[in-house]
Amino acid sequence: MAQNYKDELSGVETTGHEWDGLRELNNPLPKWWLYIFYVCIAWAMVYYVFYPAWPLGTTYTKGLLGYSQREELVGKMAEAKAGQAKFLTAIAAKSVDEIQKDKDLLGFAMAGGRSYFNENCAACHGAGGQGAKGFPTLADDVWLWGGKTADIYQTIQHGIRSDDKDTRGTPGAGMTAFGKDGILNRDQIDQVTDYILSLNNKAADPAKVAKGKTVYEENCVACHGDQAQGAVAAGLDGVGAPPLKQANWLYGGDKASLVETITNGRAGMMPAWSKRLDDATIKSLAIYVHNLGGGQ
Amino acid sequence: MAQEKKGFSHDLIERNTLLLIVLTLITVSIGGLVQIVPLFTIESTIEKVDGVRPYSPLEVAGQSIYIREGCYNCHSMQIRPFRDEVERYGHYSLAAESMYDHPFQWGSKRTGPDLARVGGKYSNDWQVAHLVNPRAVVPESIMPGYAWMKDRPLNYGDISDVLKTLRVVGVPYTDDQIKNAKADLEAQKNPDGDTAALMKRYPKAVVANFTGNKTVTEMDALVAYLQVLGTMVDFTKYQSPKQLQQ
Repeated sequence: MAQNYKDELSGVETTGHEWDGLRELNNPLPKWWLYIFYVCIAWAMVYYVFYPAWPLGTTYTKGLLGYSQREELVGKMAEAKAGQAKFLTAIAAKSVDEIQKDKDLLGFAMAGGRSYFNENCAACHGAGGQGAKGFPTLADDVWLWGGKTADIYQTIQHGIRSDDKDTRGTPGAGMTAFGKDGILNRDQIDQVTDYILSLNNKAADPAKVAKGKTVYEENCVACHGDQAQGAVAAGLDGVGAPPLKQANWLYGGDKASLVETITNGRAGMMPAWSKRLDDATIKSLAIYVHNLGGGQ
Repeated sequence: MAQEKKGFSHDLIERNTLLLIVLTLITVSIGGLVQIVPLFTIESTIEKVDGVRPYSPLEVAGQSIYIREGCYNCHSMQIRPFRDEVERYGHYSLAAESMYDHPFQWGSKRTGPDLARVGGKYSNDWQVAHLVNPRAVVPESIMPGYAWMKDRPLNYGDISDVLKTLRVVGVPYTDDQIKNAKADLEAQKNPDGDTAALMKRYPKAVVANFTGNKTVTEMDALVAYLQVLGTMVDFTKYQSPKQLQQ
């Protein structure tokens, strides 16, 4: 190879390329860079031996460590479970009421219940159980399906009007759409609405109230009770109809909202959680919800 | 040039553009082939699981809306096999669960939560209320509202063609499914009608009048799609194949 031109200023040999009088210095790669490059190649060789690396047709080299991300997860989950085993076995063995009486278990259930509540329940029922229109408040003492811990436990397990076979209520069927289904005409709905307003100390036309009372007795008593006290107070099981007297409204208690409810019906639905969460989690959730402020 | 080397010389490549292009393509494809081809041959890339089916016509329409609105910009659809993810979202995602997604919606940006298993987690009413105004149910939410979608009629005159197109790229829709696409789409919106045929073709489809509108609206489609996400595989029966567990 012929001697390439040497740059006069730096004394470094050039590559022999020349562009309109410009020449490229032939400096070697920096040593630190070169060695890191070699180390990386060596590291790759080590990696091939220990970890899954090369494809082999329908399979691949598994490596000496037999590493699998899924296997690692199984280990980590088991490790976490083992750390909580003392509490989890006790929770599994005891009823929700027994757990409530055990101070240690209660603390564990409340802490776990809180984080599971925030992930799974807060979207509908609010971060502190404050509820939203159509989604019941859990921090007060109004319970459509029972407010004892065991009741709450059952509700979370099986849901309300859900696809679970032991669900509360009937799937897809809630309050009748009295207007849409042609059971009551506009006047009757207007009258019964005024009657319900009168039960809640709100302004109502006395003439309509009197007629509305008859409409109520003929159509509403079966679910809401003869005193408008609601299904739970009237001892009607599996109905879920709320009290209409001194009511705590889920869908609004002004005249327009009531007319809308009576016309189109309502059928709030809560999913069954037993397919999604394990039993200890659901028990913890029931206890947490019970302690949000309104548990009975 | 002062080069006097015999045989191979870079000069030859550098002075011949066509040769340079061909050799560059060959070099780059070796990298690609080594990484991509094995994914088609290794059996565990997409493990076989029971229950995964092509989306129903209404769900497909919903997925189109999901993509149109750019939901993937804030929501991923892939639960990774880590303890924190599995405890929060449920069983980690399997490749098979998104094998009929074109394009897949895995994503990596989680401004909002992962949606891979959101199906059935909340009620239909909640999904509608939340899409209309997220703040109405989740006060701290920063998600935009999609109220207009609730009453905007879904354009589904071409739904059979959509299914046909998906079949071209590998989704195994049957002739029967393509022929009945429009009827199935309407049946999924009507819980009072006959849904036996729909449920036979698309098990676990969620049938409901989601928005309460008489016509099928875009929100009906979107909620139908959201409610089926991650629900097709029964994980009480699922066993990770030994090959993957080792």
